[in-house]
Parts: sequence; C-alpha cells; structure tokens
Amino acid sequence: MNRQATNLERNITLTVNGERVTRSVAARMHLVDFLRETLGLTGSHLGCEHGVCGACTIRVDGLTVRGCLMLAVQADGATVETIEGLTDSSKAADLQEEFLNRNALQCGYCTPGMLMTAVELLDRNAKPTREEIRDAISGNYCRCTGYHAIVDAIETVAKSRSSKKGTAS
Amino acid sequence: MKASEVGYAKPASLPEVFALLEKNEDARLLAGGQSLIAGLNMRLSNPTLLIDINGIAGLNTITESGGTIRIGALTRHLDLGASPLIAAKLPLIAKAVPHIAHMAIRNRGTIGGSLALSDPATELPACCLALNATMTAASSKGERKIPVKTFFKGLFETDLKQNEVLTAIEIPLPAAGSLSGFSELVRRHGDYAIVGLAAQGVRKGSSWSQLNLSYFGVGDHPVLAANASEALLADKSMADAQAVLASDLSPSEDAENSAATKLHFARVLLGRVVASMS
Repeated sequence: MNRQATNLERNITLTVNGERVTRSVAARMHLVDFLRETLGLTGSHLGCEHGVCGACTIRVDGLTVRGCLMLAVQADGATVETIEGLTDSSKAADLQEEFLNRNALQCGYCTPGMLMTAVELLDRNAKPTREEIRDAISGNYCRCTGYHAIVDAIETVAKSRSSKKGTAS
Repeated sequence: MKASEVGYAKPASLPEVFALLEKNEDARLLAGGQSLIAGLNMRLSNPTLLIDINGIAGLNTITESGGTIRIGALTRHLDLGASPLIAAKLPLIAKAVPHIAHMAIRNRGTIGGSLALSDPATELPACCLALNATMTAASSKGERKIPVKTFFKGLFETDLKQNEVLTAIEIPLPAAGSLSGFSELVRRHGDYAIVGLAAQGVRKGSSWSQLNLSYFGVGDHPVLAANASEALLADKSMADAQAVLASDLSPSEDAENSAATKLHFARVLLGRVVASMS
C-alpha cells in the first residue's frame, strides 16, 4: 500500500507569501519544517519545538500561530506568511528598522517570531502600553537582549505610526 | 524533536469521525493541537491516526437559549475572549482567557481541546467547574450529557469514552447580580499556573448566598473548595476560610514548590479573588 493510501502522506495546496504551492507532505511534518526544509524558507526558526519559545511564530490566515504546533497537512488551503513575505511586503519595515536602531536583536534567532508577534499586537492595539507590549511578547523568548530594547522598539513604532495617522487625518 | 510517523484524516462530518474512532482504537482527535502536537513532537504520545475535526461545520459557535450559554467545542480561546456574549453573560471566562498561554496559542487552542485534555494546571476546566457546566459528548450511539462534577476523573483523564467527541459545553446563566473573580500565580506570564482560582458567587449585602471556589494546579483536576466556601457563606472571616482550605485541598509538591507553599498560595488567592468580587 502506498503512503498516500495509508494516510501517512497527503497532497496539500496552500499560499505561502502570496505564491501558490502544491506538495506532498508527511502527516507528521510540522509547518515550520515544511517551510524550511521543503520550501527553503529558513527565516522561520525552530527553537524548542513544543510551543514555548516562539521562534517559529508565523501567520496563518492572518493570525500568528506556533509553526511547530501546526502540521503542514493542516495548512491545506491556508494562507501562510513568513518573515520573508512580511519583509517583501514592507509591512514590518518600520519595526525592522527600529529593532536595528535600538539594538533589539543580538543573535537574531528570536527576531522573526518577535516581529510576527509585534505586527499582530500593533494590528490589534495601535497604542499598547509597555505592560501590554510585555504581555504580547511573553510567548517569545529572547536570550540576548533582556527585552527592554525590544519593548522600546515596539513602543517607538506604535507612537510613530499613531502620530503619522494623526497628521494624515 | 520530531513526531513519529502518524496517519492523518480530516473528515467533514461527525458520523465520519465516529466511524474512524471505531476503526482506530488509538486514534487521537486533533482540535487546536496546542498540547497534542507538542506531545507528538516530544513523542509523549504516538497514535496511529490523527482525526482533524477542524473541517466539521457548526462546532465553533457561541449561542444563548433558554437560560443557557452553549459554547461549541471548537471555539478558539481568541474567539471566546472576544465574544460580547461571553463578556456580558460569563465574565468569569472572559477574565480567564487572557491568562491562557500566549497570543499565538490562543489563536489556535480550543475550549473543547482544553477540557478533553484536562491538564490540571489550566484555566478553562476550573471555570467550567465554577460555572457548573454540562458537557455534550457525541458518538454513533447519540448524545450524552456529562455534568462537570463527574467529567474530570483524574490526571489528564475525563469521563469521555474513546468513541466519543466532546461537541459542546453548556453553561447555565449565572443568577442576576452574580459576581466572578479569577486569578492565578505563575512565574512568568503565560506559564502554566502554580495555583489558580476561578470563583463565581452571589452576595446579598455583605453576606455570600452562593459561592463556588474552583481551584486548579492543586490536584489531578480542578477542585471545589467546599469548606472554605461554607465558611464564607456562614459569614466567617477570611482568615477562618483561609484556615479551612487545608481541609479542601491537598496539593502535591512540584519541582519548585512544596505542598505547604502551594497551600499558602491558595490562601493568598482566596483573599485576593474574593476581595476582587464586587
């Protein structure tokens, strides 16, 4: 019996960073392994592989998810966005620049996941307090920065986006 | 680590799920997957088949009828926390949701998954106990209602049978003027609770006429602190209620906290949560 017939493998079609892809994947493969190993999108990182560290945070159908806690087969039909797509779309350009300015990354391993979380936070709450920023990034571990610079960067972007909006209206 | 080899099926209807469950004894239902997939990656569980129930319509709605709020088992924590109906009618749940893990996990995790897993340190099982919920379990033989008091059986163990699917949670509307309170102690925000308390009650003037104190993190599953609640119902002091908690709870030590520390935390939470209920 072939692997497809035994449900161990399955064809999936999904949109990744605006591009439609179809692949046959093993049911046991999680979404980040699929993105990294099958599609070569290595911007999403793998840390703990059990949902604790947040390094693998990506967007599926517009919401952040732990890429290690979702199977690739579950993403059949979904729209997936990784840090590569986010960078191409410039949606996080101001955050990326401010992370750089504030030295909010050192080794950079947590940064893609951190940015995904920051984008979602600012989508939902344009003017978060520092406490709310800390709450939002509580699921993204950074072992280098001590977080202060990351909170500073997100807060600065929130303020500058709000003031730009204020000027426009 | 990586999950070991596993089969995957995504049926479109409950009868198909029942048939798969009956054919595959060690199949696991995949709802939000936020604990199940972590367990697969760590090879703590090794089922032959995952039955993804996310393709089944109608399992993720929140409705009110005849004095009951019905929450579909596939309702994600994100939607539970954002529901105006939950905020207005079951504020205890609205207060608990922000404490569940982190944003990216709340975006996927479901109430049914949380209850069916019955992790002793999680928020929603304790809320369901405080709110006197009733679970609906469906199988090829029909539906069965399970009162929350008989639903939790042990550590990660519930009354659900292998061939059953938890489809909905029904919660009676709390009495008018009912008060709720929720708090938990954690080392870092989003961690599993060391000790937590979900409370729901009715106060007339300065006296409680009804009070459910549902603790989590202190046993194999959430427990009601009946003696502490009785003390407060009898207008005894908070110190008296905190003292009798020792007869309600028998927490076991974990890697960081002794049983005595946990009991102390439970007493601290009793004071804080009851004071917050106004």
